[in-house]
Amino acid sequence: MPKVRPKKTPIPKQSPKKRVKNFNEVALGYSEKQAVKEAKRCLQCKKPVCISGCPVEIDIPGFIKLIAEKDFKEAIRLMKEKNVLPAICGRVCPQEDQCEKVCVLAEKFEPVGIGRLERFIADWEAEQGEMALPPKPSLTGKKVAVVGSGPAGLTVAGDLVKLGHSLTIFEALHKTGGVLVYGIPEFRLPKAIVQREVDYVHKLGAEIVTSFVVGKTKTVDELLKEYDAVFLGTGAGLPWFMQIPGENYNGIYSANEYLTRSNLMKAYLFPKYDTPIVRGKRVAVIGGGNVAMDSARTGLRLGAEKSMIIYRRSRKELPARIEEIENAEEEGIVFEFLTLPVRYYTDDKGWVKEMECIRMKLGKPDASGRRRPLPIKGSNFKIPVDTVVVAIGQSPNPLVPSTTPGLETGKHGNIIADEQTGKTSKKGVFAGGDIVTGAATVILAMGAGRIAAKSMDEYLNTGEW
Amino acid sequence: MNRILKKLELAPEVKLFEINSPLITRKTLPGQFVVVRICEEGERIPLTIADTKEDTIVLVVQEVGKTTKHMGTLEEGYELSDVIGPLGKPTHIEKLGTVVCVGGGIGIAPIYPITKAMKNIGNKVISIIGARSKDLLIFEEKMKKVSDELYITTDDGSYGRKGFVTDELNGLIDEGRNIDFVMAIGPVVMMYAVAEVTRPHNINTMVSLNPIMVDGTGMCGACRVEVGGKTRFTCVDGPDFDAHQVDFKLLMDRQRIYLKQEEESMRLFKRH
Ligand SMILES: Cc1cc2nc3c(=O)[nH]c(=O)nc-3n(C[C@H](O)[C@H](O)[C@H](O)COP(=O)(O)OP(=O)(O)OC[C@H]3O[C@@H](n4cnc5c(N)ncnc54)[C@H](O)[C@@H]3O)c2cc1C
Ligand SMILES: Cc1cc2nc3c(=O)[nH]c(=O)nc-3n(C[C@H](O)[C@H](O)[C@H](O)COP(=O)(O)OP(=O)(O)OC[C@H]3O[C@@H](n4cnc5c(N)ncnc54)[C@H](O)[C@@H]3O)c2cc1C
Ligand code: FES
Repeated sequence: MPKVRPKKTPIPKQSPKKRVKNFNEVALGYSEKQAVKEAKRCLQCKKPVCISGCPVEIDIPGFIKLIAEKDFKEAIRLMKEKNVLPAICGRVCPQEDQCEKVCVLAEKFEPVGIGRLERFIADWEAEQGEMALPPKPSLTGKKVAVVGSGPAGLTVAGDLVKLGHSLTIFEALHKTGGVLVYGIPEFRLPKAIVQREVDYVHKLGAEIVTSFVVGKTKTVDELLKEYDAVFLGTGAGLPWFMQIPGENYNGIYSANEYLTRSNLMKAYLFPKYDTPIVRGKRVAVIGGGNVAMDSARTGLRLGAEKSMIIYRRSRKELPARIEEIENAEEEGIVFEFLTLPVRYYTDDKGWVKEMECIRMKLGKPDASGRRRPLPIKGSNFKIPVDTVVVAIGQSPNPLVPSTTPGLETGKHGNIIADEQTGKTSKKGVFAGGDIVTGAATVILAMGAGRIAAKSMDEYLNTGEW
Repeated sequence: MNRILKKLELAPEVKLFEINSPLITRKTLPGQFVVVRICEEGERIPLTIADTKEDTIVLVVQEVGKTTKHMGTLEEGYELSDVIGPLGKPTHIEKLGTVVCVGGGIGIAPIYPITKAMKNIGNKVISIIGARSKDLLIFEEKMKKVSDELYITTDDGSYGRKGFVTDELNGLIDEGRNIDFVMAIGPVVMMYAVAEVTRPHNINTMVSLNPIMVDGTGMCGACRVEVGGKTRFTCVDGPDFDAHQVDFKLLMDRQRIYLKQEEESMRLFKRH
């Protein structure tokens, strides 16, 4: 191995002290100089394993080499052949479980900062001004409805309008972007970036209809009368609760509600914006994924004196992105590992005031391969809290499946769709993203959208199912 | 779309809006509601669809806080940012025999389409509507048209019988009237009182709950209530629930989560 710098070029960030007082983005991104420096760490392997670690198989060494050569324009073009949302994926992909995990450098040192470089090149493009539009394709005369405007829906829409199909996106909320706007906070993914991607799909020619709840405003069957094909990318928006005593007391939120109030409704700007949110002093967030980290860090920014993560396994099993765990730790989030809430206590006005927990120990690995947490008898203890956010997972919203006869669903209410084509059990209806897989990741949703778009195009051209 | 075509003042601080919303009109069934967002900075609030006409939906709004007050200032021609729906499960309409529809205060507006549907399907409909005083009573003529019998109560006795809707309901039961089903919509205390009146007589009773909501599509859980000891999301599992199973105390507590912020919002709004 030639001599390389063992560590990733650090990414400039807002200091923890400063950033917990605002909602601005935490990481500031590489300068050109830093990006080139980091790009030069890449060994340009003959057999690049990183590509196989990427769910959409970006030519990683290829775009990194172009950055090292300062040919940024070509680098972003190459990137976009495979990934249409690099500004977003660079910020939110779990790189440590994907490309960077298998990076050859990672055997001895820190891997190449692939995510940081992806983000850099996408931001560089944005700074150049308007994104260039491809020449308008000739229209095929086929009409497609995309339901849901998360990464899956946006990808399908972008791909299919480029091929000349008329396209309409139907979104239940008043803003487009799915979890990217209602879930992931501004400090991790600025909404202007999501808006840029939505605008791009719109400028390509896709029509966007917000505040339209498919299953209510119109059913899928009604859409099928007007459109030649329908894509369902409705995500996993149904929040889970733990079903423990006292869970409906005032001050206890699902992560979806807490984050939707803060992000989508901009409750962090109350009273300029009308939607209120509880600004607790002692916030406990249950769970250990990205959703939990986002909630705990939002709590801190809303003025909590103490914001805690209550997680039933240990640090090693935390499913959140490593970068966000580190950011959370820097910001002073308190982690209570091996801890499980069992009930809540209230004051006389119905507000939560205490959470009773039990300590856990790790047993044998379970189906997920992680060691199963087991309660330690008699280890119960109480934590004073005034706000609780339950972030233990979401499943697909039943609204569309329950109003669409002939659409097959699985055990968890997920829509069943072919992995290779996105085809569902209903002719003309495709699906992809979290609605099919259950809560997963942005890149997987985008990848599923890509696959579905390809087979939808075939279907629209041939009519063959 | 979403344009206010007509605005009427029905009573002090109670306004009726006809809103152009052809997509929603087509699909609306009794008991369903919309979520409205007035402007970019606005909150999302649920409002029951009190009636539909051709391309419009009718909303009746009581001004209780910032958003509803703001809505009260909007004039004909204004286009609301968002009107989303129709949401919630429609009320179960069935021929049951004798049905009593109870509407209290602003709750008379949402009970109207249900009353009409109950009547149209062939029930004998007895309606009881009540308000604090005569000037606050709305929809009297409309309710009369769709009811076989209509009883009116006011708290101060300025019109109809002095007292509460439950007094009238109790009266009917005491008279030995055969009642197969009761549907009640109004302030939580009223719905609770109705539930307590019918409980000992085992009269099936449904109420339409009004917890705080955000999306109205089942994705947040803000609207959760407990019914028969189980947590339900009002916006998708309701809004109608079995009155005898509802935990009204929890509902009342949860409606008060944002009292402080609501007061602050109102203060700032009044200053403008
Ligand atoms: C707080 C949070 C943090 C996360 N952090 C990360 C991260 O760091 N990295 C990562 O890779 N992943 C992360 N994820 C997961 C990731 O965001 C999702 O896997 C991804 O967004 C799924 O995309 P999707 O297009 O399938 O669905 P979604 O993004 O959920 O979009 C679905 C859209 O469909 C709309 N919809 C639903 N029902 C209807 C209907 N009936 N009619 C019309 N529209 C409808 C919804 O309103 C929504 O806008 C996070 C998720 C959350 C909640
Ligand atoms: C299914 C349903 C149907 C409804 N139908 C009608 C109707 O037809 N006419 C009508 O006048 N009112 C109706 N309401 C109540 C109406 O939504 C509230 O009065 C309104 O949201 C108050 O907002 P505000 O900003 O004016 O007042 P605020 O000062 O914010 O609140 C006053 C009170 O209203 C309740 N409230 C506040 N925000 C919300 C919210 N986002 N969602 C629900 N309740 C809230 C709270 O209990 C609060 O204490 C309905 C509520 C529900 C859930
Ligand atoms: S209002 Fe969000 S789930 Fe009912």
